[in-house]
Amino acid sequence: MQTKTKELVRVEGLKKHFKLSGGGLRKEPEQVVKAVDDLNFSVYEGETLGIVGESGCGKSTMGRLLLRLLEPTEGNIYFENRDITTFSKQELREKRREFQMIFQDPYASLNPRMTVKEIIEEPLRTYKEKQAERSKRVQTLLDAVGIPESYKNRYPHEFSGGQRQRIGIARSLALNPKFIVADEPVAALDVSIQAQVLNLMKDLQDEFGFTYLFIAHDLSVVNYISDRIGVMYLGKMVELADSDKLYNNPVHPYTQALLSAIPVPDPTRKKERVMLTGELPSPVNPPSGCRFHTRCPLAQDICKQVEPEWIEVEENHFAACHVVKERLS
Amino acid sequence: MEDVLLDVKELKTHFKTEKGVVKAVDGISFQVRRGEILGIVGESGCGKSITSQSILRLVGYKRNELVSGQVLFEGEDLLTKKEKNMLAIRGSKIGLIAQDPMTSLNPVYTVGNQIAEVPMIHEKASKKSAWQTAIAMLKKVGIPSAEDRADQYPHQFSGGMRQRGVIGMALAGNPSLLIADEPTTALDVTIQAQVLDLMLKLRDETNAGIIMITHDLGVVAEICDKVAVMYAGKIVEQAPVEELFANPKHPYTKGLLKSLPKLGDKERLQPVEGQPPNLNDLHEGCRFADRCPFVFDKCHTEHPPLFSTDSNHRTACYLYDEEAE
Repeated sequence: MQTKTKELVRVEGLKKHFKLSGGGLRKEPEQVVKAVDDLNFSVYEGETLGIVGESGCGKSTMGRLLLRLLEPTEGNIYFENRDITTFSKQELREKRREFQMIFQDPYASLNPRMTVKEIIEEPLRTYKEKQAERSKRVQTLLDAVGIPESYKNRYPHEFSGGQRQRIGIARSLALNPKFIVADEPVAALDVSIQAQVLNLMKDLQDEFGFTYLFIAHDLSVVNYISDRIGVMYLGKMVELADSDKLYNNPVHPYTQALLSAIPVPDPTRKKERVMLTGELPSPVNPPSGCRFHTRCPLAQDICKQVEPEWIEVEENHFAACHVVKERLS
Repeated sequence: MEDVLLDVKELKTHFKTEKGVVKAVDGISFQVRRGEILGIVGESGCGKSITSQSILRLVGYKRNELVSGQVLFEGEDLLTKKEKNMLAIRGSKIGLIAQDPMTSLNPVYTVGNQIAEVPMIHEKASKKSAWQTAIAMLKKVGIPSAEDRADQYPHQFSGGMRQRGVIGMALAGNPSLLIADEPTTALDVTIQAQVLDLMLKLRDETNAGIIMITHDLGVVAEICDKVAVMYAGKIVEQAPVEELFANPKHPYTKGLLKSLPKLGDKERLQPVEGQPPNLNDLHEGCRFADRCPFVFDKCHTEHPPLFSTDSNHRTACYLYDEEAE
């Protein structure tokens, strides 16, 4: 599980800012959405790094940046120590074999006019695999994700949501990737189906040994599948730790609030809740200093002015919070 | 009993389609008392939303929609009421909180106007007093500077605030029954926690009965008093909330609970294998039989009735049929 020996992906100072156009007739000052703002972290070979956060925190943008489906505004992404932000189109195309994506919506991410076989085969076709190879590969993949091979000539609409997600997973595995970004892969599925897909994703990882970046809003799902978890808030990472550590000993007030807000399916456990007041601020004009200070129960004067540093609280446990830093020193 | 607010008996909602009759809701019975929160939980397509629409008589008008059974609300059967009388009940005595606050508010009217409409229609209130009610409702659901907010349009509200607005609207008619259909599904967890807290507070203040329709067992555990688990149009298990979670009986309920990832617990999930049945092609027997690990011969004969395993715990499963022993 936790072989923190080799770094597969390293992200340094990653930023993505989207410009909002100033509206048609009226000239408005240009506004910038800081969707992802200065991320630094590594993903190790063979692990699952979970990313959680509420809507609009930049987690999906970050996932897309890592695969260079979006061009970063600033920063570097190293894949096996080579900076993919400097790759030419040609180089990128070659390298893309090694990183793949699993999408959220199994209804929108499969072409309705292609059969299952064609869908799974397409990446192989793109990389010019031979016909015989392709058929064999489709067979192994369908087998691996638990779809009967006899279904290979059916179209996506003939499958249920859970089955479609399995097909999406089979497609992402077609080229034997090293790194898979899964963006909310189970959010659209019912609980009993969700559990099937989560188990499948775990089993496939054990079998093929690839690395996941698992993006989700549901902390209990992320906690189940991940070795380490990063928590994002308004474009920033606020805490990163081993998943057990994050659950047992969260240090950032946002992580604490997020954990206590999750409804636990156990009516006997009436817990003390850290209730956050207010709503998520807009990423267009994020609050100054620490972005969480408007909702933070521990906020102090310094939080409003100075952005907190990313510090190592204990071994392999990082957080960005003034109060935590003060407590340490 | 006197405090029974809603008594649903053998409610069936079937849709005639080209592919046959879809038995979306097929003979369910439950009760809601004043001040009680009943959770109806189940996966997509199990009929939980159709149940709420049937109670409100939002289905059943078209020729292909067949609703039967009894829905006794404060002692009167809603299914036999004239549409005119239903109009007076919807929005005043029974409030609905729909899932998506983006679509349940009208984008071209201010939020205040939409709430004020309720007392104007149901109580023939004057514009001025209705507006005051609207502001009072927004205050009640915790919207800051309610006077200014009432004058704003839904797009100026965030998701969580819109849902508060919708709740305010449902409360404006002073309902004795609130039906909340996945009220927090579209919201982020920290906002969901706020809305759930608000609903509990309002229940205590108004003593309304609440039907909470959700797919999230966590939400059920947080706020419900009793739970009905639905599967493919049937209630398969019904119990007080502590009892259901401590002592689930039906194989489907057990499976659901084992499918849920629990925080801080990495034990392998045990999903319910297979998929829910197609509602227009149901075979004889228990609807869960195909996916059930404990299936035996009798399960294929007829869908089991609810067997009592405890004074208030009932399960539709032949495993608990004591007479058969």
